[in-house]
Amino acid sequence: MEDTKISIQNLNLWFGKLKILNEINIEIPEKKVTVILGPSGCGKTTLMRTMNRLVDLQGNAKISGKIMLDGEDILNTKRDITLVRQKMGLLSQRPTTLPMSIFNNVAYGLRLKGIRGRKKLWPHVEKHLIEANLWDEVKDRLNDPASRLSIGQQQRLCLARGLAVSPEIILADEPTSSLDPISASVIENQFFKLKENYTIVLVTHIMRQAKRIADYVVFMYLGDVIEQAPVDEFFNNPQHKMTREYLRGAFY
Amino acid sequence: MNYKTRKLKDQLVSLWIRFMVLLVVALPLIIAFSLLYKSWLILGHSSLSELLFSSVWRPLAGEFGFFPFIVSSVWVTFIGLILTTPICLFSAIFLTYYGSRHLLRFMQPVIDILAGIPSVIYGVWGILVIVPAIGKYLAPMFGYESSGFSIMAGGIVLSVMLIPFILNILIEIFRTVHQDLFDASLSLGASKWQTIKHVVLRKSFAGIVSAFGLGLSRAFGETIAVLMVVGNVVGVPENLFQPGYPLPALIANNYGEMLSIPMFDSALMFAALLLMVVVVVFNIISRRTIIYLESKH
Ligand SMILES: Nc1ncnc2c1ncn2[C@@H]1O[C@H](COP(=O)(O)OP(=O)(O)OP(=O)(O)O)[C@@H](O)[C@H]1O
Ligand SMILES: [Mg+2]
Repeated sequence: MEDTKISIQNLNLWFGKLKILNEINIEIPEKKVTVILGPSGCGKTTLMRTMNRLVDLQGNAKISGKIMLDGEDILNTKRDITLVRQKMGLLSQRPTTLPMSIFNNVAYGLRLKGIRGRKKLWPHVEKHLIEANLWDEVKDRLNDPASRLSIGQQQRLCLARGLAVSPEIILADEPTSSLDPISASVIENQFFKLKENYTIVLVTHIMRQAKRIADYVVFMYLGDVIEQAPVDEFFNNPQHKMTREYLRGAFY
Repeated sequence: MNYKTRKLKDQLVSLWIRFMVLLVVALPLIIAFSLLYKSWLILGHSSLSELLFSSVWRPLAGEFGFFPFIVSSVWVTFIGLILTTPICLFSAIFLTYYGSRHLLRFMQPVIDILAGIPSVIYGVWGILVIVPAIGKYLAPMFGYESSGFSIMAGGIVLSVMLIPFILNILIEIFRTVHQDLFDASLSLGASKWQTIKHVVLRKSFAGIVSAFGLGLSRAFGETIAVLMVVGNVVGVPENLFQPGYPLPALIANNYGEMLSIPMFDSALMFAALLLMVVVVVFNIISRRTIIYLESKH
């Protein structure tokens, strides 16, 4: 099997008294697309937010277990968590452009890394906008506010912005669910190319999308991981009864 | 009830509602026109520039220069706003992003209570605490002699009165900034404070401007509390520890006493008109600013 990039071990998470994640064990392979499937409310978003330690900000969250990233437990790291977060780009359900120009959206993370001055930032910004397949559409209007872009363009801008801090992992939480079909397929195709260089974790509700781009599938239900398998095995020969029901659409 | 009476009722209600709406729209216009009508006398007597920029205030001799009052009003408002701005901004940021949920839940009714305290009580508190503190400590610290009744006292009392008003709006504004946006910035490697500084404040900038714009209008018109501590001496104050005499105090102190002199009566109406124009203009400017800022991102 491939190298493991992230290994989640016996992860439990509570919000107050409510247990949201229950004994999660997942191996996420490097430079592959791992898709997380599961009905609404089963804890997919929470799992993602635990992986880049955003859950910490919710005062009532309690966590146990380990998340090993390149052999280091990021839940108990002594390093600055902002550095850990920079290893993972985040793409959320609705595009969340920062309230600034297109250029500055991409430059934001770079500036935080200490790269200053438009001249120095320029080549990076261009490179990542190209990488996110947005450059041709925005190259003449980089100083426009990002909010003037279409929703599909905004999501690609968010992708470029995330790529700019050179993460190793991309966490995408239903990144195409608010997009029109064409923008959605642009993002999807981008993931295909990106997996050569990045480890991608993708949450989706769209079964066809999972089939198209997943290498590896994890199925969750009510805070438990029910089944995890390579994509062909998962769809053609699911082991668990609950998985079969989910694939038949029984949960909708 | 048959169809006809129902229809009649319906029409009556709709007529009544229309009348009420019209009244609300017309009220400020009616007030402005009656003030203008009443100040017509003084406007015919002295030129506008004389009224606004002359410092000679001798009502009995028929000389009405409003400059000292305008300067006092501007200073008191300015000080009030300057002092309240950091307090409100930082408390709102702390309460929404750093304090626990319990603290916010505890603070919200406290803020509402502060907002509901009658201004005369703030005035009394100013006389008891702020005025002596200025007279004894603050003014000597800066090398001035002061009774304590001063522009500074008015500004400080005003700043305290503005806190609940502005703080409430700011908390509301910060709460509308979406969690996703916060997450996006953090995931790019920003710290919490960097996120607040570069994203939250920028995203809510228009709202913040409007909060302080509304505060400004309110401060400019605040009467009783300021009147009680500001000293009410006519003259352009040379420093902030000297007494001043803002426009609302002028009107409140004199209206009803000197009505036998029509020109004085008219002068006070002009002061009221001035107050109203300034407040309306502030409101329009802050609204314009919001629209402009919102179009920027
Ligand atoms: N801050 C919080 N405090 C308490 N409960 C929470 C909090 N955030 C999420 N939850 C709960 O945790 C559970 C999992 O939520 P989560 O958002 O992870 O689900 P999800 O699988 O992403 O669902 P969806 O597919 O609808 O996005 C839900 O029951 C939700 O109500
Ligand atoms: Mg979710």
